[in-house]
Amino acid sequence: MNVSASISKVADVKHTELTAQGAPVAQDAVPRRRLTIAKAISEGLAQEMERDPRVLVMGEDIGRLGGVFGTTQGLLARFGSERVRDTPISETAFIGAAVGLAAAGMRPVVELMFVDFFGVCMDAIYNLAAKQSYFSGGRVACPMVLMTSVGGGYGDAGQHSQCLYASFAHLPGLKVVIPSNSHDAKGLMIAAIRDPNPVVFMYHKALQGMGWLGTVQRSIVPVSDSDYVVPIGTAATVREGRDVTVVAWGLGVHQAVECADILSKEGIDVEVLDLRTLAPLDRDAILQSVQKTGRLVVVDDDYRSCGLAAEIIASVCESGRAALSSPPCRVTFPDIPVPFAPQMERPLLPSAAKLVEAVRAQFLSQP
Amino acid sequence: MRPERERRLWMYSMMVKSRAYEQAIKPAYLEGKQPVFNMANGPIPGEMHLSDGQEPCAVGVCAHLGPRDTVTATHRPHHIAIAKGVNLRAMTAEIFGRRSGLAGGRGGHMHLFDPLVSFCCSGIIAQGMGPAVGAALAAKLAGDTRVAVSFIGEGAANQGAFHEALNLAAVWSVPAVFVIEDNAYGISVAKRESTAVERNAVRAHSYNIPGVFVPGNDPDAIYDAAGDAIARARRGEGPTLLEIETCRLEGHFMGDAEQYRPQGEVENLKSNDPIPRYRQQLISDGFATAELDVLEQSAARDVSDAFAFARSAELPTVEEAFHHVFAAGSV
Repeated sequence: MNVSASISKVADVKHTELTAQGAPVAQDAVPRRRLTIAKAISEGLAQEMERDPRVLVMGEDIGRLGGVFGTTQGLLARFGSERVRDTPISETAFIGAAVGLAAAGMRPVVELMFVDFFGVCMDAIYNLAAKQSYFSGGRVACPMVLMTSVGGGYGDAGQHSQCLYASFAHLPGLKVVIPSNSHDAKGLMIAAIRDPNPVVFMYHKALQGMGWLGTVQRSIVPVSDSDYVVPIGTAATVREGRDVTVVAWGLGVHQAVECADILSKEGIDVEVLDLRTLAPLDRDAILQSVQKTGRLVVVDDDYRSCGLAAEIIASVCESGRAALSSPPCRVTFPDIPVPFAPQMERPLLPSAAKLVEAVRAQFLSQP
Repeated sequence: MRPERERRLWMYSMMVKSRAYEQAIKPAYLEGKQPVFNMANGPIPGEMHLSDGQEPCAVGVCAHLGPRDTVTATHRPHHIAIAKGVNLRAMTAEIFGRRSGLAGGRGGHMHLFDPLVSFCCSGIIAQGMGPAVGAALAAKLAGDTRVAVSFIGEGAANQGAFHEALNLAAVWSVPAVFVIEDNAYGISVAKRESTAVERNAVRAHSYNIPGVFVPGNDPDAIYDAAGDAIARARRGEGPTLLEIETCRLEGHFMGDAEQYRPQGEVENLKSNDPIPRYRQQLISDGFATAELDVLEQSAARDVSDAFAFARSAELPTVEEAFHHVFAAGSV
């Protein structure tokens, strides 16, 4: 079955085979070209830079190289080095500078190449950007986007493979989004740029569509060339089901859909929710789904303890609005640094197979 | 360049206003904190970092700035805020944690934002330097002559953010001026024990920008050096690092026992207090005592008005703590 149409929420597309590279830009209203997330981000950025002269992009290797993860392809040639600024390897300075630019009325988009690098610049992110509105009584906003890559599974070890969703979603004043497909990537990027608050835009390396890094093909979906917004704070039901809710985001969405495909053959009807925004969390969408299904499984490739999966389960439990037929469950990475050797790392990451087991268990255990 | 007569009077008036402000803070801060000092008590809880002695830095630099020039200041911000023209009533109300404060009581004395005069300050060492680079870049991209000035203490020169910001400002040649207020101490640790160079101004050479040391805590000399640096920035010639020798007449914060100071140091510093010294200088340069007296009286009136405003201002409710976490609307 073709699940990508349901993921992309673009109902008028019928396709059975997906390619790794997007087709050339089409001008028709019906989106037929498929883009990688990298290209969709680049296109969203370009369209916003075209629309709004206040938008500028800064980061390491985002100019000539077009971004290590392809997020700024073609921007330097089109907009020049004043608005597309390669920075020194100096995250504290250029993320701090973004805060000053935002306060001065610009709309900076900065790239933190790997989320793991937050250790060298977190002060600028959570003490400056996240608190500028609050400490100014709402008189100085901080409209900036911090885009950053997350995720492991390709042998880059523990300083280049983390997710750290919860580390950012925990902090008041930051919004956090992560697309699972290229349609959402473009719409979320445009929404993030237009938002008056600091938005951490995470993109998962396993979905990015870089030639040198394997990509989940279902993340490459038709993308409209129009300028559209995927609203921040709104989850999407990417597959409806009656029996159990799987809450996912980023890479996990694709594992959840695969799991749903497998279990549908066993008569288990899985509903898959793609959060798309991690902060603010769309608790209403989660609750609505769990009220319908009565079962909850969360997939989260971040560390287990104090993670987003824990927050989602706690939110459902403490709401008192969902009578669960089975204890909720989370499929996560364990509480260890990400190891290098594939024999250690890969079995520890969430997968469709692990989700299948977790969902099956929902129908064995009794509360 | 020696300041003109009106500029010197302005600098004197701002210095005395700043000092009057800190003098008014002291008893207000100690209310409810005696006989047992507990920082949590009284109408102004939390840390209180006074700027007595450092006024020349603020006035000598801010004399060259307009409301659209950005200033980022430190955890010791009052003298700079006053010289930058921050609304004194709203600033005082903020320090008293009132609804009509600059941030409605959410920030307190280390987090003062006044966008009408492009002023902000923050509580972490060297933190304002990156934002100053950004504000300066915004000015450069807009093609106008605005500048950004980041005030820091001498302790900030050992932070990574200091070096990163200087390098970025230099490599992008933005109109920024970084002002080190060297008061010789990072809380209790003397500069010679924390800093590998005698003069932080030399660190500018690492980033291929001018570094200027201004000795003497003298408003006219600071005015001169800052004028050059700011004019250079406005001409599009890039950033400058200014190192100003100043002094802290009070402790790091109120309640600091200052046992780390050598005996007699504070007395010596106070005998060389820059405000009476500048008054003497002005008088010997022909200014009338009476016109200086008028400035002092006017400063005292402004301060007393601000404190009366703050004390009578309404307190916020706990519900208001939930406002402004996010900016509303779209941009």
